[in-house]
Amino acid sequence: MAYPYEHPRESRMLSQYFGDQDAIGIDGWLERGGYKALDKALGMAQDDVIQVVKDSGLRGRGGAGFPAGLKWSFMPKDGVVPNYLACNADESEPGTFKDRELMRWTPHQVIEGIIICSYAIRARHAYIYIRGEFVDIVRVLNRAVVEAYERGYLGPSILGSGYELDLTVHTGAGAYIAGEETGLLNSLEGRRAEPRVKPPFPAQRGAFGMPTTVNNVETLASVPHIVLNGADWYRQWGTEKSPGTKLFSCCGHLQRPGNYEVALDFNLKDLVYDLCGGPPEGRELLGVIPGGSSVPILTVDELDCDVSYEGIEAAGSFQGSGGLIAMDDSTCMVRAVRRMVEFYAHESCGQCTPCREGTAWLAKILRRIERGEGREEDIPLLLDIGANMAGKTICPLSDSAAVPVVSSIQKFEYEYMAHIRDGSCTAKR
Amino acid sequence: MSDAMHPAIAGAQPSQRAEKNPDAPLFEGAYKERFDHILTRYPNKRAALLPVLHMAQEIRGWISPETMSRVAELLDLTPAYVRSVASFYTMFALRPVGKYLIQVCVGIGCDLCGAEGVAERFLELTKTRIGETSADGKYTVVEVECLGACAFPTVVQVNDKVYEGVKAEDVEALLKELD
Repeated sequence: MAYPYEHPRESRMLSQYFGDQDAIGIDGWLERGGYKALDKALGMAQDDVIQVVKDSGLRGRGGAGFPAGLKWSFMPKDGVVPNYLACNADESEPGTFKDRELMRWTPHQVIEGIIICSYAIRARHAYIYIRGEFVDIVRVLNRAVVEAYERGYLGPSILGSGYELDLTVHTGAGAYIAGEETGLLNSLEGRRAEPRVKPPFPAQRGAFGMPTTVNNVETLASVPHIVLNGADWYRQWGTEKSPGTKLFSCCGHLQRPGNYEVALDFNLKDLVYDLCGGPPEGRELLGVIPGGSSVPILTVDELDCDVSYEGIEAAGSFQGSGGLIAMDDSTCMVRAVRRMVEFYAHESCGQCTPCREGTAWLAKILRRIERGEGREEDIPLLLDIGANMAGKTICPLSDSAAVPVVSSIQKFEYEYMAHIRDGSCTAKR
Repeated sequence: MSDAMHPAIAGAQPSQRAEKNPDAPLFEGAYKERFDHILTRYPNKRAALLPVLHMAQEIRGWISPETMSRVAELLDLTPAYVRSVASFYTMFALRPVGKYLIQVCVGIGCDLCGAEGVAERFLELTKTRIGETSADGKYTVVEVECLGACAFPTVVQVNDKVYEGVKAEDVEALLKELD
């Protein structure tokens, strides 16, 4: 059973047990084949584990899509200093709620992936950095971690292998930017979650100055399946460049919002209209943001592409985190964009001037357009500010904030002009 | 032994509760034990700052200047440093909050589906404004984004409990349920 809706066209690997209360606890998880992959991995050489993940083509599911096995292979193998794994469970991208469901229904799937990855990258301590807002999820995860310790899947000599691993759950405290990997590392170290200049990359100097791998929850949850069944098995889904399955969190104006897991060659339009049931009765979709609020909006005419990294990119947007936000014709695009930009303005860490100033100015101008007090020259002004925010800062938050503004002006300029020229709104109430 | 005492999760407990005691002693008894457990999980004391601030808030309901000084002392940091970190994160209350901290998600997913109406209804019924505490000390309503459950708008969190799919017309019953 998927959650909260399921559809026969899904390919459910990660979400197979969503909605199944009995899969949450360790006994139920073991009955469902849990920790078999760990047993297998501990019998393999570390580099062989990295190789199978490399061969599978698994790409990071946090948004950037960096090949996971390659990332792992950057970690030093000499053991001179301690290596760390940080599981990024900060899931802060608006519109994304897949990691939440992974941890809520299958915490042991995530923990097993963490242990296997830690083994492969020779880490003795792993941290789960989970956003503090996830209070109910933290409770579920905490219980599962304690269970894993009690059964000997964590702690000294896991399953008699001699491999030792500690896992610590670390809660964030409300900061979007802690989801950026170096912001996360600073936050883990007890600092403001301000992103760091790269290089050095986390694999060189990460948590506490030591080599660190930062992986998203969904990436790590995919690992046990790959180790157990092999790279070729995983490649039965998706495309050459985007193998496997992925969870898409679908929200906004949809008949059946929720998480859907599809092969990465699945059609985006089918995801929206078939799996999610399209917009509510009597409504038409205006646009869809396919990968969290940081990626460009697609119009309904641009949706006929596959959901692979390269497929969505060719259509003019990005897969991002897989947080799909659907907006129907009741949406005031100016308001929706203003809302997203205000979020970025609030969450800008303030280190870089283009972001700190740019987000605030974008929000201010959008508010005045929404109120009907905009000027025609506000459109080029917004685009100019957006251009000055892109690619000029330590982290991509600044770029992200400009994206909804620029893409909505490109595709829905008439909405802006209706506000500016007539003080009216084209949204159908 | 309760789960919360396990060293792996000692620092990861929800930190907003209905019972708030601003004068409670910090880190005594079981809390002292948890504090010591937290320190064992990191290579330095600074890294324990977020978990320890969470725990201080769990005990006292908010992070006062006195609390920050005490935490600084315990972790060999300066009070100014602790303040610089605490003020970065929205979940640390740097002012006292009501018995019930009501967080209404107004992220894009909830906003598209009527979150503004839900927030307004909370303010109307609690007779407060955003971020202010009601005269009886019971309610503080804040807008947050995003609570990360966008398929179930509007998401509302009261202290350490999450409500999904809240509509404006549900707000009155939800508030009654709290008492």
